[in-house]
Amino acid sequence: MKETEISKHTISVLVDNEAGVLARVIGLFSGRGYNIESLTVAEVDAGSRLSRITVVTSGTPMVIEQIKAQLGRLVPIHKVSDLTLAGPSVERELALVKVIATGEKRVESLRIADIFKARAVDATNTSFIFEIIGSPEKIDAFNKLMEPLGLSEISRTGVAAISRGTLMM
Amino acid sequence: MAERIMNGSEVVLQALTDQGVEVVFGYPGGAVLPLYDEIFKQNHIRHVLVRHEQAAVHAAEGYARSTGKVGCVLVTSGPGATNAVTGLTDALLDSIPIICLTGQVPTHLIGNDAFQEADTTGITRPCTKHNYLVKESSKLARTMHEAFHVATHGRPGPVVIDLPKDILVSPAPYIDPSQVQHRTYNPPVKGDRSEIEKAVEILASAKKPVLYCGGGVINSGPQACKLLAEFTRLTGAPITLTLMGLGAYPASDKQYLGMLGMHGTYEANLAMHDCDVMVAIGARFDDRVTGNIDFFSPGSTKIQIDIDPSSINKNVAVDVGIVGDVGHVIEDMMKIWKAKQYSINQAALDSWWSEIEGWREKRCLSYVQPADIIKPQHVIRRMHALTRDRKTFITTDVGQHQMWAAQHFGFEHPNEWMTSGGLGTMGYGLPAAMGVQVAHPDATVICFSGDASIMMNIQECATLTQYRLPVKTIILNNRYMGMVRQWQQLLHGSRYSESYSETLPDFVKLADAFGFTGLTCKDPADLDATLQKMLDIDGPVIVDIAVDDKENCFPMIPSGKPHNEMLLGHETSGDQAIDSDEGMVLV
Repeated sequence: MKETEISKHTISVLVDNEAGVLARVIGLFSGRGYNIESLTVAEVDAGSRLSRITVVTSGTPMVIEQIKAQLGRLVPIHKVSDLTLAGPSVERELALVKVIATGEKRVESLRIADIFKARAVDATNTSFIFEIIGSPEKIDAFNKLMEPLGLSEISRTGVAAISRGTLMM
Repeated sequence: MAERIMNGSEVVLQALTDQGVEVVFGYPGGAVLPLYDEIFKQNHIRHVLVRHEQAAVHAAEGYARSTGKVGCVLVTSGPGATNAVTGLTDALLDSIPIICLTGQVPTHLIGNDAFQEADTTGITRPCTKHNYLVKESSKLARTMHEAFHVATHGRPGPVVIDLPKDILVSPAPYIDPSQVQHRTYNPPVKGDRSEIEKAVEILASAKKPVLYCGGGVINSGPQACKLLAEFTRLTGAPITLTLMGLGAYPASDKQYLGMLGMHGTYEANLAMHDCDVMVAIGARFDDRVTGNIDFFSPGSTKIQIDIDPSSINKNVAVDVGIVGDVGHVIEDMMKIWKAKQYSINQAALDSWWSEIEGWREKRCLSYVQPADIIKPQHVIRRMHALTRDRKTFITTDVGQHQMWAAQHFGFEHPNEWMTSGGLGTMGYGLPAAMGVQVAHPDATVICFSGDASIMMNIQECATLTQYRLPVKTIILNNRYMGMVRQWQQLLHGSRYSESYSETLPDFVKLADAFGFTGLTCKDPADLDATLQKMLDIDGPVIVDIAVDDKENCFPMIPSGKPHNEMLLGHETSGDQAIDSDEGMVLV
């Protein structure tokens, strides 16, 4: 019965956009010792004041089930959906990556950015800021290639995710 | 839609009245003065002044658990709110519906480190089911009604409403409860039909079934307890109760195995370990119940019924999980059982019962009552015998006396047993008894306590005197923090580090100082007369009973051990062993 394999899950949570709701979610994760790999939140429906939280977490199947059940019983929460189990989904993250380099390294960083369809959104004689959008894995790969070329600072948004096709949460 | 405009304090009082609140336990202070002014002006809601805010919450818990209603608390900002935190946590872990109104500094001062300011919603977020900070007068009435809805629906729990002082004095519209529908929180009470059918079928095919029931049955209500008893008899299965569930099924019934868990009976724990089908009803597989989880009931198919989805598969993976109110689910199970004319194989059941009878033979709760010193278990048994004919409520503090009370006082009805189960809060018993007595002025309310626990909310004696609450407090005095001493003896080489009560007060003089009666007893021959005298006194009483300070609480599953490795302690032997006489010392 004991399943010990740890897997990564992306969970979408629809909540009332009210004071303290994010603290409730974060407090739940820290209080019960669950893992947060990334978390994003923003209002998605101003009319009915709903926000959507996307949280990437990991754990055994029993822990993942617990996380969803615990989220579900928070009072301001409307819906909890496990996108990893619900079927195929699109996951996207945006990163701003600062590369400080000159000479050949500077040129090489531009070439790699081109391959990854990253856009330079700021440039000086010695630096670029690249904006890259993609799956977390794609951004990881991009950062890895930039590392020897002068990568100096990264800001990532965390994952936003949604089910593919007509499926809704 | 008719809205009446009142001031904020009037809205709060009107909402409490419309929600059926009769009593509020509280303590005034700067931030809640407008509310206290409003309380002064009205006669619907009674206010009971406690002497510490923690006690206000415990009193409200006692009130709630003994009535099935919501307990209501009113405290001021800052220290008033932080003092309430222990009580709130206690109510959260034991699923007790509480509304706690806390004062707050005016909205324009929030965040300024104002006098008696605390981030109450921040502090109480993890120790409440939900909490609110009311920042707009327009939302006050709705918030009040929603809070009651949240506290009482689904798995009950404490809800805090933080009320800034300016909100309490500003005009605010009032709407009545019928106009408030909660947007998101509407937990279902009916269980999934196909899961219930599956569960009933599994139970019917059992050879060694056991019903393991907890506080969820009591929270579901007296009707659920009645249904549980019917269902238990219908199936013929043995039943065991958790500490929180005591009273959900009559202790005198022959299908009852006693409490299970760390200090549960031998027969209950072995039945749990050896069963082939376990039905957990309103119980959450707490670590005090399961012992070592890796060896917990290894061969059984497990069915769990709980209103809280997060209780299912939390500690123990179950085969069938049913989310729903216990009463509704049992009713459905019974209908299916009858409709399909199920029955458990009689031969298998007989052989299971004979196995259980073998375990019962151990008489795991037996003890020897010598002539010269009072055994603590004996006090509980005698108290039970002497109160059999009256409506009696029992509260306890935490420690050995609590476990002895749970083991030896036979609870026949729900809502008559109040103890701090989940949090294990010393100091719970006396204020909880106060709350019970407020709700049941004519009943006998007994608080079993220890010499250490009683000191933790002893100031509430003043409340007893003020409101003439005839609570009977029995101190099983062994001059130790008994459970700490027991663990030190068993696990720490008898090094009794800081567990001796070096300077105890004279409890008789203490009672006298508070304006009521104190009694003592140390001779076993005087015990009955002392307890009877206590019952006959029309007012609060503290009885200080000197008990055997070496007595340990057995049976015991040591931490980390499975159910089938219980310590039975001293086996009954010698010429003073008393055997199964009515009201006497053996089980």
